[in-house]
Amino acid sequence: MRPADYRTPAIGSDSLAHQARLLEVWATAPGLKGFFSSVDHKQIGIRYIVTAFLFLALGGIEALVMRLQLAGPNLSLLTPEQYNQLFSTHGMTMIFLYASPILSGFSNYLWPLLLGSRDMAFPRLNALSYWIYAAAGIFLYAGFLTGNGPNDGWFNYVPYASRDYNPGLNEDFYSLGMVFLGISTTVGAANFIVTALRTRAPGMSINRLPIMVWGTLTASAANLVVVPAVSLAFLLLWMDRQFGTHFFDPGGGGQPLLWQHLFWIFGHPWVYAIVLPAMGMVSDGLPVFCRRPLVGYAAVALSTVATMILGFGVWVHHMFATGLPGLALSFFSAASIAITLPSAVAVFAWLATIWLGRPVITTALLFFASTILLFVIGGVSGFMTASVPVDWQLTDTYFVVAHLHYVLIGINVFPVVGAAYFWIPKMTGRMLDERLGRWNFWTMFVGFNLAFLPMHVTGLLGMPRRVYTYAQGMGWDTLNLITSIGSFVFAVGVLLFFVNVWKSLRSVANAGPNPWDAPTLEWAVSSPPPPYNFAVIPTVVSRHPLWENRLDEEGAVSSIERGMLLDKGKETVGTTALDAVPDMVLEMPEDSFAPVLLALGAAALFVGLLLKAWLVAGGGTGLVALAILIWLWPRRELREREAGS
Amino acid sequence: MSETALAQPEKLPVGPIGRHGIGYWGVGTLVASEAALFAYLLFAYFYTGAAAQPGWLLEPAPPLKLALPNTILLLASSLVAWVGERGVLDRRRWQALLGFGGAAIMGTGFVVVQWFEWKAKAYGLGTSSYASLYFVTTGFHIAHVIVGIGVLVAIFAWTALDYFSPRRRLTVSAGVLYWHFVDLVWLFVFATYYVTPYLGFGR
Repeated sequence: MRPADYRTPAIGSDSLAHQARLLEVWATAPGLKGFFSSVDHKQIGIRYIVTAFLFLALGGIEALVMRLQLAGPNLSLLTPEQYNQLFSTHGMTMIFLYASPILSGFSNYLWPLLLGSRDMAFPRLNALSYWIYAAAGIFLYAGFLTGNGPNDGWFNYVPYASRDYNPGLNEDFYSLGMVFLGISTTVGAANFIVTALRTRAPGMSINRLPIMVWGTLTASAANLVVVPAVSLAFLLLWMDRQFGTHFFDPGGGGQPLLWQHLFWIFGHPWVYAIVLPAMGMVSDGLPVFCRRPLVGYAAVALSTVATMILGFGVWVHHMFATGLPGLALSFFSAASIAITLPSAVAVFAWLATIWLGRPVITTALLFFASTILLFVIGGVSGFMTASVPVDWQLTDTYFVVAHLHYVLIGINVFPVVGAAYFWIPKMTGRMLDERLGRWNFWTMFVGFNLAFLPMHVTGLLGMPRRVYTYAQGMGWDTLNLITSIGSFVFAVGVLLFFVNVWKSLRSVANAGPNPWDAPTLEWAVSSPPPPYNFAVIPTVVSRHPLWENRLDEEGAVSSIERGMLLDKGKETVGTTALDAVPDMVLEMPEDSFAPVLLALGAAALFVGLLLKAWLVAGGGTGLVALAILIWLWPRRELREREAGS
Repeated sequence: MSETALAQPEKLPVGPIGRHGIGYWGVGTLVASEAALFAYLLFAYFYTGAAAQPGWLLEPAPPLKLALPNTILLLASSLVAWVGERGVLDRRRWQALLGFGGAAIMGTGFVVVQWFEWKAKAYGLGTSSYASLYFVTTGFHIAHVIVGIGVLVAIFAWTALDYFSPRRRLTVSAGVLYWHFVDLVWLFVFATYYVTPYLGFGR
């Protein structure tokens, strides 16, 4: 029977019969079938998180091997080439395969729950972005494991990356792998943007979005337009290497600096893309443990966006030492200094939240609060290098290494581990051990600072980065030994985190829906949430629907128990972009094999390109086309169109 | 105790009606990302050209004999695709088929002419940075045209199978939007490679 084009959604209360109906529609099939076809954002989110933590562990082991090599002068644990591949693979792993995907994982899992929706806007696209991420990760690591890892740093400057200096497959693996991975980032970004704008609970107007949504939305908008820059750069590099083009080759009239421009036009916004969502985690998590709403919500939300807008105009600060004209240097230096203003807004808002609140010390709070300190240290060293003459002195030294680790570990790893303590009970129904958590936090915090605080001095004393060893008697020996010891302490801390998660998974599920007495919608559903998230679509009237009774700042209260039932199929509600007024009933897609098929085809394409096996590449392209056709084929149940109507 | 707010919407569209659906937003994000890609390709051209030595432009006066009519052909195909979309809207299936089929054929014609344009060049992909930029940028565009032709063919076939109605036609509108984008972006590529040399860039 052909369903109607328009319907007035029935309003009702939650009931067991209603839940059973929804479960039948929303549950993923068991076993392998469900594994490869699921489009449930919670399953995809957990896969993202597990895979990204796996890459964190791999990248961490690579770092430890390097720290062994650098523990003393003139050590020969690694050859220069091995060291090159290790530091490049470490950077690639941490920046591309851990830092961004881990945030995508948390956002994937949490967004529909935070937004009061039943899934992401494009569930199959969501599955695709995970499969491509996994395939690209394997592709990149296949290079490393066959001795063909990237060996020119994650930034991959020409001319060292060009074929004359780098004849092996190393750079081809890296180039094609990055183009491949870019597809995942791009479709993921598109999905986040449309999800944030169109699938929210009625009443969740744009000024009531959790800050984490602001962070990921901003990051996604940026990724959508900057990832093509790096994908293009890598593709052009691959063509220079394999097809004799001259994009970056001065001998043929090309511009080596074009690589750096394209790379950093992407690279700097990307830095914000991997910290803004994590700052959002702090903005949403910290206030829960301070028992009050975030201070300065509007200022924090707007400064998130402002940071990114300024972030588009600072890429040249990675290129101060390349001989660009003075005017360009002045402009980009000014922009880089200006960006401290919106960053400071978040810091002061967090401090004010702690100051005005009644903090309850938990492991999550410790991680969130320590982010503030590490962010300030990393921010100040960044502010220093924003000044051109200081940068000329410090560039290519360990000072910059210390800076970027304070930023990336301080504002990504620390908040992410805090977020894990905060939200894993929601995902599994099981708490993490607080006692072990304290050990976990202090080991990580002490180890991290022990490793990276002295590194600033190492850099000030002139030790160059990216070199496999150093001579004795330069004054760097003790500092490097301390850094190496600190890095192992830090690694033990991370290990304690994994142990804590493992222990928690073996414990009894007794977290309950809202173990932290937190204010937002994800805590209104059971832990773990049912496949359909919300039995009835909630209506919200504030930023903290579960705290309304005690805050009493709005006239009305949010409706959690009663709302649209939407049980005529796999349905959720679509809302308007700004005011979140119900706009349409969205018919969500069933589980599908098309995404995994598309990812397999794309993987075959990239392997074919790498080996110049054109038949394989052609077959992969055919498979991609087939998967897209299956994906988009008119289907009655999707209500996209109706044959013969 | 304050009152509970509850959204009780009147009649809502179920699934996409017309262009009103999140799929259209999805294609919008795709177009934004692709537009950025072409912006970077053109940035590469202007960046390299601005710093190049005299003589970098291999064709200081690019021949327009094929390129200009071909540009007009591609832009006209956008109009024809729009006529096809109107056909779906007005329940005139023959008009829709003619529109989508016609646009696909015109797109194919553009690809063929572009192929001759390439063949006529005295330089190849590896001659110089100018040649690499020219072939890769136009090649990127051709690849998009070919994908667009595939989309038009799919819409043509689904129209022939009578899948669309004036209300249920998001796929048509989204596909035609993509085709408009492919045509529009060519104007920028054309202006960069065929017009700016006459205005003095790179000479």
